[in-house]
Amino acid sequence: MRLESLARLDRRWIFLAVGLLVMLPLGFGFHIAPVEPSPRARGFFDAIEKLPEGSTVLLAGDYDPSTIAENYPMHLAAARHLMRRNMKIIALALYPAGPPLTDQVLHLVGAEFGKQEGIDYVNLGYKTGNELVMSSMGSSIPRTFPVDRRGIAVSEIPVMKGIHNYEQFSLLVNVSAGFPGTKEWVQQVVSRYHLPMVAGVTAVSAPEYYPYLQTGQLEGLLGGMAGAAEYEALIQRPALAMRGMDAQSLAHLFIAFMIILGNLAFLGKKPAGRA
Amino acid sequence: MKREIPILITLVTGLFCLIGFFVPHPYVRLLYDDIQQWVIVIVGATYVLGVANLLRINLTQVSQKAPDWPYKLVLLAGLIGMMAIGFSEGSHYSDDASKFQWVYNRVYSPMSATMFALLAFFIASAAFRAFRIRSFEALLLAIAAFILMVGRVPIGNAIHPVIPAAADWLMEVPQNAAKRGILIGAALGVMATGIRLILGMEKTYGSGEGSS
Amino acid sequence: MPRFSLRWLVASLAVPFAFPALADAFPLQANDTPNDGGKSVSLTWSAPDPKPAQWILVRRERGGAFAPVATLDGNLSRYTDESGTIADGTAYEYQLVAQPADPARNSEVSGAATPSPDWLDATKSNVLVVTLLFFIVLFFTINQAHRGKRWTFRKIPGLVAIEEAIGRATEMGKGVLYIPGIQDIDDIQTIASMILLAQVSRLTAKYETKLSVPTNSPAVYTVADEVVKSGYQDVGRADAYQPDMVRYLTSEQFAYVAAVNGMMLRERPAATLLLGAFFAESLLLAETGHSIGAIQIAGTANVHQMPFFVVACDYTLIGEEYYAASALLSNDPLLLGSLKAADTVKFVLIVVIALGCILSTMGNPTLGAWFSTQ
Repeated sequence: MRLESLARLDRRWIFLAVGLLVMLPLGFGFHIAPVEPSPRARGFFDAIEKLPEGSTVLLAGDYDPSTIAENYPMHLAAARHLMRRNMKIIALALYPAGPPLTDQVLHLVGAEFGKQEGIDYVNLGYKTGNELVMSSMGSSIPRTFPVDRRGIAVSEIPVMKGIHNYEQFSLLVNVSAGFPGTKEWVQQVVSRYHLPMVAGVTAVSAPEYYPYLQTGQLEGLLGGMAGAAEYEALIQRPALAMRGMDAQSLAHLFIAFMIILGNLAFLGKKPAGRA
Repeated sequence: MKREIPILITLVTGLFCLIGFFVPHPYVRLLYDDIQQWVIVIVGATYVLGVANLLRINLTQVSQKAPDWPYKLVLLAGLIGMMAIGFSEGSHYSDDASKFQWVYNRVYSPMSATMFALLAFFIASAAFRAFRIRSFEALLLAIAAFILMVGRVPIGNAIHPVIPAAADWLMEVPQNAAKRGILIGAALGVMATGIRLILGMEKTYGSGEGSS
Repeated sequence: MPRFSLRWLVASLAVPFAFPALADAFPLQANDTPNDGGKSVSLTWSAPDPKPAQWILVRRERGGAFAPVATLDGNLSRYTDESGTIADGTAYEYQLVAQPADPARNSEVSGAATPSPDWLDATKSNVLVVTLLFFIVLFFTINQAHRGKRWTFRKIPGLVAIEEAIGRATEMGKGVLYIPGIQDIDDIQTIASMILLAQVSRLTAKYETKLSVPTNSPAVYTVADEVVKSGYQDVGRADAYQPDMVRYLTSEQFAYVAAVNGMMLRERPAATLLLGAFFAESLLLAETGHSIGAIQIAGTANVHQMPFFVVACDYTLIGEEYYAASALLSNDPLLLGSLKAADTVKFVLIVVIALGCILSTMGNPTLGAWFSTQ
């Protein structure tokens, strides 16, 4: 293929190549490389591991189905880790389409560990208002969420007994797709109430939170499906994220190749005005 | 008066909320907390306006058989259908076996995830089309991009452990430094814009009348 | 013989005297919780080993009777009493009583602590200082602007290109698509986008160019509609304004992207302006805009999306350039004064950061610690 014809490459060939490179490892299950946990994922893991058993943790699943590929595996892994360590989980979501996903995670993992809704965990559901909800919870959680997602008054839910505000939590675990999410939790809750926090975010937004890691406002950070896979390796429960890493490896290599190819195509273009 | 009243409301509430951030005393904090509750209510109420606009525009285009009107009909059917299902199931709309959940899991979730997945294809085509190494800085950027793309996936560590280590260093040192600079600048921009709004200096916004 | 629990005893009796404690009992510090809204006392202690399984925290008003307040884990070393029965201005004394009962492990009775609300949260003093500095510099520059002082700012290519893009659309007989981001109206980026929309709508009214503004939020739709209508009225083209110029599509992120992409592919605008807060949809929008041959000008303060806009768009306003855009386009001296104030404060912060780095390197972290928010 001549370089100048490369410049006219129909982008649908590129789309086809990406599709094949992602589907083949998922379909045939071949394994390219093992997952090595990063210090950020270790921080996430250690923050939960060092909590006394039976502590109460706030689990905020701030994402919706559009980022399910990245956020759902880390949400699932976090719930597994928490329930394995017998933590009480108070869950909520600040995305309107988030609560069903939180329900799926809690019910699935709850069944694995024999945990009961209302006794070991509760899903408070969604409340509109973004940072205002976070701020309002600092004053009173029962006033902000008077009922849980099932419509039961929180005063009648055993796991909510004694929960007034952030003081009763040992850790905030946030799984976030963007806004509202990790940055808002850090600004509204960590800075004001000094609640320890870890976060799992999409890969594209992970760099934005590195300053918070360095200042200690975040104790751990999972970035995208790769972060979720590292965390699955740490809790020794390979699942959705691990399966996707080989596809992601090939896709990354292909994009790097596309940059080279694009520049070769650019070099192959005849400069204007020259025969 | 039409112009002055909104500016006055903005000034008073803006300054009050600014002061409320620093003052924990209940004389200030109680009203500050209440204002935040009011905002939640107001934002929720605007959804009524939004649905009304959606219905008005699309019903008009369907009735006039405007171009692509069948797609508008699909939109209206989806909107009305989901609302009807949700209302018919009442508080049980979130049960695992509800019709609402079925539509959410079988229709909305996959479509939403599919749109996000398109990014992978678009990134590849953008990388081919637009990432031109025309200068030394662009070359540095390309090298950093290669290291990060390979270092962020398991294959990078399999090739050599120095690749993910280099990727981590790039993210934690130069990337962090540049990002902090941009964030500080943007934060000052936010302060400047916020103060212009609170003090009523931005005459084009919210006044309904012309600029200076 | 029945066993009575200590908790039952305390709950059922008014205890006029302190619980027994040895002469070398460990001290218990009680203080008004600082930087709060009152009705709160902070307690700290350091109990020797072996610690009991639990503490019963008892409290009395000075001269009154002890009553239980809370049951605490034996390993705790601090607690904040915010129980609803506590009142500002009343002096309270506390004692920790070990459970199972063991007088040797009880704490001393604390000194009196009187909860009261504070007027200033001292932990935010660093933010307050920078905010006050900004206000002072701002009022100074506004005053200078009133006196006729004019500043020059560097040209931002993206801003110059806005009017060119609208002119190009007019010549081609096509429209302009203005996308104000996907955040709600309470986000400062969306508000900045509305300010820019006002100026863009004046230009499209002047040039008689078709304008489309798809919005992601009903509140943004309401404001954008009013802004566009006002813009057309400002240049005397109220007759050219059409209500369907501004539309609410959906609040769902990717449904919005799909709808806007559809608008681009069907209407094929000559210029797309992506000005606001964007997230994962930025590249989807930018690539589709490129595929239809539109000139694209983007502006956002979301740092993680900037690389996509820089790669895929013709012009990009980065971070503070986006916030400065409305002031620069208006050329209003007062607004430009606010830009000068922001630049001045930024210079001060650069000096402080450099100074803090040098001091920290020399082993003196005071300046850096003062700027810490926790």
